[in-house]
Amino acid sequence: MGETALTGTQQARRDPLTVDGVELGSRLIMGTGGAPSLDGLGAALVASGTELTTVAMRRYSPAESGSLFQLLADHNIRVLPNTAGCFTARDAVLTAELAREALETDWVKLEVIADEHTLLPDALELVEATEQLVARGFKVFAYTNDDPVLALRLENLGATAVMPLGAPIGTGLGILNPHNIELIVSRASVPVVLDAGIGTASDAALAMELGCDAVLLATAVTRAQDPALMGEAFRHAVIAGRLARRAGRIPRREHALASSAMEGRAEFL
Amino acid sequence: MNIRLNGAQHALADGATVSALVSGVTGRTLAADGQATDGRKLGVAVARNAEVVPRSQWHATALAEGDDVELVTAVQGG
Repeated sequence: MGETALTGTQQARRDPLTVDGVELGSRLIMGTGGAPSLDGLGAALVASGTELTTVAMRRYSPAESGSLFQLLADHNIRVLPNTAGCFTARDAVLTAELAREALETDWVKLEVIADEHTLLPDALELVEATEQLVARGFKVFAYTNDDPVLALRLENLGATAVMPLGAPIGTGLGILNPHNIELIVSRASVPVVLDAGIGTASDAALAMELGCDAVLLATAVTRAQDPALMGEAFRHAVIAGRLARRAGRIPRREHALASSAMEGRAEFL
Repeated sequence: MNIRLNGAQHALADGATVSALVSGVTGRTLAADGQATDGRKLGVAVARNAEVVPRSQWHATALAEGDDVELVTAVQGG
């Protein structure tokens, strides 16, 4: 004996996500999009426990400059710039290069979307952009469809992490094809991050139970009625789902299985 | 001379450098390596005619009449 049993939270703390040699203590990656105020965003980020957060690259405006940057620096949260709003590999590569210059990181969340109605990734442009960015030394976190073939293709092209969607961005529909997510996880040797579509805490727990290495979400927290409370809920959900995955769930059965022994029951005559 | 900055007309002294433009717009003083002299991160990047100008080149890159410049920074998103 001698060792005291660890609580679930302590175990989770000893279970960092390692990406590109960097250890992240939290497996929840929180985006900054959709928050109505910077103060509210800060509270939600802190409550979520996230250590990595996404930002978008947009035209400089003197009025707004600096504040988000300062907020993330204050809370010691690492930045993952995205290429949100790019429809072509060309635009995504240029945006990634601007982000690398502005933020001094070679990490990029690669988003190349097909249209504004679905915001779904354009597989062909995504593959093209991944190839080009990897060749230019970027660490590509590829936002992808929940397509096991495409996910593996992106990994083979050198993606640092693959990030399949649960459902389209901002829908909160949860994980529409859990089987595909499981399949992606089972074949991946890079981190798999469930990205987009998360609506509430149980969706994030499910993602982790399916074997994802992390969950990325923004809207589910930033547009919740109480973002800080929801951030906290997600922090627990991701830890719970991860622990359940590691603990190994029981198999599903068709018929009941008594957990109390049938032998030795009292008999009433 | 006139350039386009973030999609709008922008007047600059003839032969102004990228460094002068960034410094003028952000109100920060820049060293020759493109870093802000106040020691805080600048957090912006520049594309000139759809090509990124590395921070280290800002000082040595003169703009020309009609150049199309995008000056971007990180905002909430994703």
